[in-house]
Amino acid sequence: MTLTPEEQAEIQRRQKSRNLAVGGVLLFFVVLFYAITIVRMGD
Amino acid sequence: MTVSTTSSGQTLPADWRDFFALTKPRVMTLVIFTGLCGLLAAPGSIHPVIGFTAIFCIAIGAGGAAALNQWWEADLDAGMKRTAARPLPAGRLVREDARNFGILLSAASVGVMGLGVGWLAAGILAVSIVYYAVVYTIWLKPRTPQNIVIGGGAGAFPPMIGWIAVTGDITAMPVLLFAIIFFWTPPHFWALALFVQSDYAKVGIPMMPVVKGEASTRRQILAYSILLLPLAAAPWFIGGTAAIYGISALVLSALFLALSLPVAFRRSQPDDTMKPEKRLFAFSIVYLFALFAALVADRVAFYQGWIS
Repeated sequence: MTLTPEEQAEIQRRQKSRNLAVGGVLLFFVVLFYAITIVRMGD
Repeated sequence: MTVSTTSSGQTLPADWRDFFALTKPRVMTLVIFTGLCGLLAAPGSIHPVIGFTAIFCIAIGAGGAAALNQWWEADLDAGMKRTAARPLPAGRLVREDARNFGILLSAASVGVMGLGVGWLAAGILAVSIVYYAVVYTIWLKPRTPQNIVIGGGAGAFPPMIGWIAVTGDITAMPVLLFAIIFFWTPPHFWALALFVQSDYAKVGIPMMPVVKGEASTRRQILAYSILLLPLAAAPWFIGGTAAIYGISALVLSALFLALSLPVAFRRSQPDDTMKPEKRLFAFSIVYLFALFAALVADRVAFYQGWIS
């Protein structure tokens, strides 16, 4: 199985942008759960 | 269905934008608007963080249901011009990935809603997702020309969930908000179906104008428009709102009815410009936004003590 350099670059570009998107979502959830916890502790 | 592959046959990883497109972001904006209106109009207070979480979960749930809808209908979408470029029929995503993504979003939205906001709102959110993805998409949409009436139920959930996120109980008001969107959907969509030559028939989806004919569809548009008038004003009649909403609802619904009359009592000619149908469809969108904006204005004015 051989990939052309262009294909290799495209795969890496897509993987990188997906990793960034997943990382952003995880970070968002960390912040959201932190905020929910702080607010609900005051109930 | 072909998936993007390399010269050696290896599958390319999908772009994240295609996952985003699966959530139908444009539909989501309407869901966010009506959900937010339900939340703002409800009596009582909600912490902004919890309110944000509720709206966020409604949006994510709608996105998950939309992804499941496209997973199920990928073959149908491929056969229709309007939808052929979606990520699945265009081959930019693997079908199972769309299904898993939809289940993940749906489960996450219900779980976060339950933990962060409340389990009643989460339960109704779960019902709405199952209703759209299973009852509507899988079961009834391909089987009955009443599919739009049934689908309207799915779109009617967000304001109800937003309201219940604040109050924690189901009262007449959130049920009425549900009913308003439910009865608004058929005339809204059928007006569009009359002037857009869609290829639903080609893929075997029994839309009302195709199955029952144009005349019957026009009569039904009028019937729903007539029902919508007292229903939209009902929150005022039962004392759930003040006159700001009540009078707005009566004026808006009277206009809606007035625009549906020419649609009901005409037949399209060859090379028809379909002006009345286009006007009714355009106004139906304004109608829903204005009605919910009036509801929020009415309730905010009341809670602030500006009106009694």
